[in-house]
Amino acid sequence: MISTKVLQEFQSIVGVENVDDSKAGRLVYSYDATPQFQSMPDAIVAPRTTKEVAELLKVCNAHQIPIVPRGSGTNLCAGTCPSEGGIVLLFKHMNRLLELDHENLTVTVQPGIITLDLINEVEKHGLFYPPDPSSMKISTIGGNVNENSGGLRGLKYGVTRDYVLGLEAVLANGDIIRTGGKLAKDVAGYDLTRLLVGSEGTLAIITEVTLKLIPMPESKKTLLALYEDMDAAAKTVSSIIADKIIPTTLEFLDQPTLKVVEDFVKIGLPTDVKAVLLIEQDGHPDIVARDIENITKICLAERAVSVQAAKSEEEAEALRTARRSALSALARLKPTTILEDATVPRSQIANMVKAINEIAIKHQLNICTFGHAGDGNLHPTVPTDARNSEEMERVELAFAEIFAHAIDLGGTITGEHGVGMMKAPYLEWKLGKEGIAAMKAIKSALDPLNILNPGKIFAKDSRKRVVISK
Amino acid sequence: MTTMKEQKNIQEQFKTRMNEDELLNCMRCGFCLPSCPTYIESGYNEAHSPRGRIALMKAVVDGIIEPDEDVEHSLNLCLGCRACEPVCPSGVKYGHLLEDARDIIHQNKKHSLPARITRKVAFEGLFPYQNRMRAVTNLLGLYQRSGLQSAVRKIGLMNFLPDHLSSMEKVLPSVPKMKEMGNRPVHLKAMGQRKAKVAFFSGCLMDTMFMTTNNATLKLLQIAGCEIHIPEKQACCGALHGHSGEKNQAKEMAKRNIEAFEGINADYIITNAGGCGAFLIDYDHLLKDDPNYCERAVHFKSKLKDLSNILVELNFHEDQNLSLPPQSVTYQDSCHLRNVMNTKHEPRTLLQSINGIRYIEMKDADRCCGSAGIYNIVEAEMSMQILDHKMKTAKQTNAATIVTANPGCLLQMKLGIEREGLSHKMQAVHIADFLLQAVDGKE
Repeated sequence: MISTKVLQEFQSIVGVENVDDSKAGRLVYSYDATPQFQSMPDAIVAPRTTKEVAELLKVCNAHQIPIVPRGSGTNLCAGTCPSEGGIVLLFKHMNRLLELDHENLTVTVQPGIITLDLINEVEKHGLFYPPDPSSMKISTIGGNVNENSGGLRGLKYGVTRDYVLGLEAVLANGDIIRTGGKLAKDVAGYDLTRLLVGSEGTLAIITEVTLKLIPMPESKKTLLALYEDMDAAAKTVSSIIADKIIPTTLEFLDQPTLKVVEDFVKIGLPTDVKAVLLIEQDGHPDIVARDIENITKICLAERAVSVQAAKSEEEAEALRTARRSALSALARLKPTTILEDATVPRSQIANMVKAINEIAIKHQLNICTFGHAGDGNLHPTVPTDARNSEEMERVELAFAEIFAHAIDLGGTITGEHGVGMMKAPYLEWKLGKEGIAAMKAIKSALDPLNILNPGKIFAKDSRKRVVISK
Repeated sequence: MTTMKEQKNIQEQFKTRMNEDELLNCMRCGFCLPSCPTYIESGYNEAHSPRGRIALMKAVVDGIIEPDEDVEHSLNLCLGCRACEPVCPSGVKYGHLLEDARDIIHQNKKHSLPARITRKVAFEGLFPYQNRMRAVTNLLGLYQRSGLQSAVRKIGLMNFLPDHLSSMEKVLPSVPKMKEMGNRPVHLKAMGQRKAKVAFFSGCLMDTMFMTTNNATLKLLQIAGCEIHIPEKQACCGALHGHSGEKNQAKEMAKRNIEAFEGINADYIITNAGGCGAFLIDYDHLLKDDPNYCERAVHFKSKLKDLSNILVELNFHEDQNLSLPPQSVTYQDSCHLRNVMNTKHEPRTLLQSINGIRYIEMKDADRCCGSAGIYNIVEAEMSMQILDHKMKTAKQTNAATIVTANPGCLLQMKLGIEREGLSHKMQAVHIADFLLQAVDGKE
């Protein structure tokens, strides 16, 4: 617990109205979007400036109080669950767009700005910020940077990391640092920008972000390819990439996912097929037309039963919205929805989908799969019920096998959601003991007292690697 | 203050009565957050979001926290606009959860004496009885007609009331005389070809204070080809009770209404108030545990339609030559009509088919205006903050007329116009009154 004296120190820094230690206040910041994780913080503090953040950190450092930075709490790895108490640092006041630089094509923002608000603002000026996590309507840039979020456009344009040029951040001891800048080239020392992106709030508190923008693509086309079996859909993904076409978006949804999504969006998605691919290409109209034609041919050659083009931008947007709601819509099936984001090299998509289905049968589970097929980032999801402890055990076993399989195929345990608490026990499978040690060395150099989002990324115990029978 | 004993009782009942499956269905994705007016107006405070409120309810059920003042405040500050429901991919029935939680809290809490008296008079003595509603409304009419209103205004007596209440007094409609209110017909023939047999849900406020709007509604239905029955035995819909934690009273009203409408066997049951419609369409949920009424409620629900829906369905807007003098018009959604009854296109279709009108869509027309039953009285500060934002977007349309589809929204928009000092160039009207003007083609 935090003493009254420390609370008063917080209050004198940010004002009484920006410190909340009521039970209700603490409860509503005890969770994020990750099922099964909840823990009460001691207080919620909402700073207004970088200077206030620095002063707060000095107080926390002096009293060894954990700090959990939090945007909108949409993350899926329990990265913002205050597992060890302490304070939740809210960025609701620090949500301004500071500068749109038309000459350097950059935008500088505070971490609390909602991603979609930023996207809309730059698009007004004909500029493009490609990372578009499914939660972009809700999530903040600060959260996206900390978790290194991906999105539907990741295949062609990359993830958040690829657009962060510079950061302002506060270290655990209260020092304010600046990394990178509006530079296209910069090799001065260690790349702290890249180190902090995806560090899940464990290395520093990010207080300002400079992002790279690119010109808006001139045109865009959207396709929906329908399949009678999952394997054919998965093979299509590999064939498109092998044909040296990089679509903007190449998303996969299986039948159970299609059904719940259609139940929510009611836009007439085909629920009688086993799988669909949502494919988009953007760019110069001639190239888009050529790519779309080739993609259509490949889909049909790989046994798509039909390939439909969206007739209007509204129709295309409806399809994208449908895809973005997939995870939450799956909650319609059962009370608890557990999702993972095992990721493999994209040439292995078909193998991974096959393995997931076999694992589902083996453990008698219903596993729905959707995801960013084009970048190998799949979301096998189990609709279950947390009250059914026997089934929950099987779910855990199944996911352990899925992670093991992904790693065997040259993949990873998380493609875009982050490690947080959820994947922490599996991190060693991916990095090895030496890899973990290297990361821990960085952590203890920057945060010796372990006050920045403790309990995340590094687990107390790593899980024993399961042996996969091949 | 809620005493420890009251908190304990509330907690116990949360455990037994709250729908645990529904609470678990919220998978905390946060897709509801951008749709929630109080989350946005509170500067992104999770405690004033649907996800936060569900977490609080669940925490009370789980015994993690007590239902203290802060929990209660969070639930009270909810407008109940249910904008979170259509955007919830998991399909959580937030409105039902909120209703149950409020019911448990209010039934177990000893209210202050004035609050107790007010609640008893309003919920048990007034709303259930149409004749008493008429009598009270008649008092307002007497006040308006006797010269007392102008005297009160002249003396400045209203200045002693909080701003929004004194403005509210100014925008209340001129109510009809007692005699007119009492002489409601029970059966009206269709004009021209009879296309449908409908039963009209007349409502309590709508049939007293807003009687002219009800008359306009009936006229429109007749013109559209409806033979209309108005069951005499019908009661208030029960929404005010249901939303204020008087669920048993609400159930009684629901049963009376189901009985009253069963006899008529109409093709449709028509409402012209979004708030009532949404409560009526939920009767099957309200009475789900009552073996005598659950199936009858489903049947009742299946016939329910808003005025706009039936008019569009019967091609009223194409058959009639609707016209008005040139003017710009915008539409403010009734939250319950849009989010619960799923009616959003029809009112717009109707307005856009009036010749002479330039229809301008208001930014965030689907966001609650802050009226929300008696919310604008009990949570005045938040309500007025929401209204101020609403008026900002309303002004951006430059519309001379704001059309609404619910009495609460109508009064709130009138209040907003009054507060902004725009009454010389902007008006708020119910869609029924507006359409009838367009039929006659006059101002």
